[in-house]
Amino acid sequence: MRIGILCSLIRKEEKLLFDEFRRQGVEFTRIDDRELILNLHHRQWDFDVILERCINHSRALHTLKYLNDCGVKTVNTYEVASTCGDKLLTTLALIRDGVPTPKVYVAYTPESALQAIESLGYPVVLKPAVGSWGRLLSKVNDRDAAEALLEHKETLGSYHHSTYYIQEYVEKRGRDIRSFVVGDETICAIYRTSQHWITNTARGGVATNCPVTPDLNEISVRAAKAVGGGVVAIDIFETPDGLMVNEVNYTMEFRNSIDTTGVNIPAKVVEYVLEVGRR
Amino acid sequence: MALCTECEAEIPLDPSTEIGEIIQCPDCGMDLEVLSVHPPELAPAPEEEEDWGE
Repeated sequence: MRIGILCSLIRKEEKLLFDEFRRQGVEFTRIDDRELILNLHHRQWDFDVILERCINHSRALHTLKYLNDCGVKTVNTYEVASTCGDKLLTTLALIRDGVPTPKVYVAYTPESALQAIESLGYPVVLKPAVGSWGRLLSKVNDRDAAEALLEHKETLGSYHHSTYYIQEYVEKRGRDIRSFVVGDETICAIYRTSQHWITNTARGGVATNCPVTPDLNEISVRAAKAVGGGVVAIDIFETPDGLMVNEVNYTMEFRNSIDTTGVNIPAKVVEYVLEVGRR
Repeated sequence: MALCTECEAEIPLDPSTEIGEIIQCPDCGMDLEVLSVHPPELAPAPEEEEDWGE
C-alpha cells in the first residue's frame, strides 16, 4: 500500500505516528507542504491514502481539496477539514444534525455584533471563526468590554476578524472534556482542567482520564459524523442540561492523552489510515 | 553535535530525531528546527502563524 503523510513541522504527534507506522512495518512517504508545487492540471497521484498532518490550516485545506478532486483518499477529507477549520461551519453542521451545542450568533459589523452580544446576554465568548490553540478568544463580561473589543477587532484585525462569531458563555466549572473519535468509535477521552476559563492544554490545561460513558460516546460519534467523520477530537462542555459540543478538531493533538488514558492513540490512527487505504 | 544558531551551544541530537522537528536549545532556550540529521544542521524555528493549530 502506498501511504503518504502530508506535514511540515514535526510535532510530538507526527513523531509518534511515524514511529507507529514503522513499528507496524508500514512504509510511508513524507510530503512536506513547504516543498509542494501543485500543478492543478496534473491529476495523477500515486498514493492509496494520505494522512494529513499539516500545522497550517490553509495548506491542509487547499491540498486536501486538490487531492480529493484527484481521487486520492485522505485522512481526513477536505470536507472534514473545511467544516472543522471554521467554527461557523462546525456549528452549522452540529445544529443541522441535532447535536447539542452552545448558542451562537454571527454578525458582520461592530454595530450588529454589539446587538447580538446584548441579545445573547453577558458574558459571551468571541472567537475568530478560523483559529486554534485558544488564540484570540475573548470572554466579554459587559458592554464596555464589548465596545472596546469590537473597535479593536475592526481596527487591528485581519479580514478573518470581520466575521463576529459570538457564543454564549458556558460555565464549565474549571474543566471540559476532549474526546477522541476514530471512525465509529470514541477511543478515549480526557478532562482538561484549568483555573482559567480557557482549558486548552496548549494554554496550560491539565489532562486527566475521562471515562467514555455511553452518553459521551454517543455525542462524540454524532459530532464526528456531523462534520464528515474520520479522525477527530471533540471539545465538550458538561452542563446541567447534559453534554454540549463546543468544537471539533481535525488534525488532533494527543501527546498528553496517551499515558493519561492508557490508549495507544497513534496505533488507532494508523489502523484507521490502513483501513481507508484498503477501501 | 548540532550547533545552536543563536548561542552556538553544542546540542546532541537524539537518534530518533526527525527532519522538521522542533527542538529547544538547552542553553539559551531558542526553538530550533532540525534541517538535517546527517550532518546535523539547525535553523531558527518558524514563528507561529495565524492559521497554525490542530
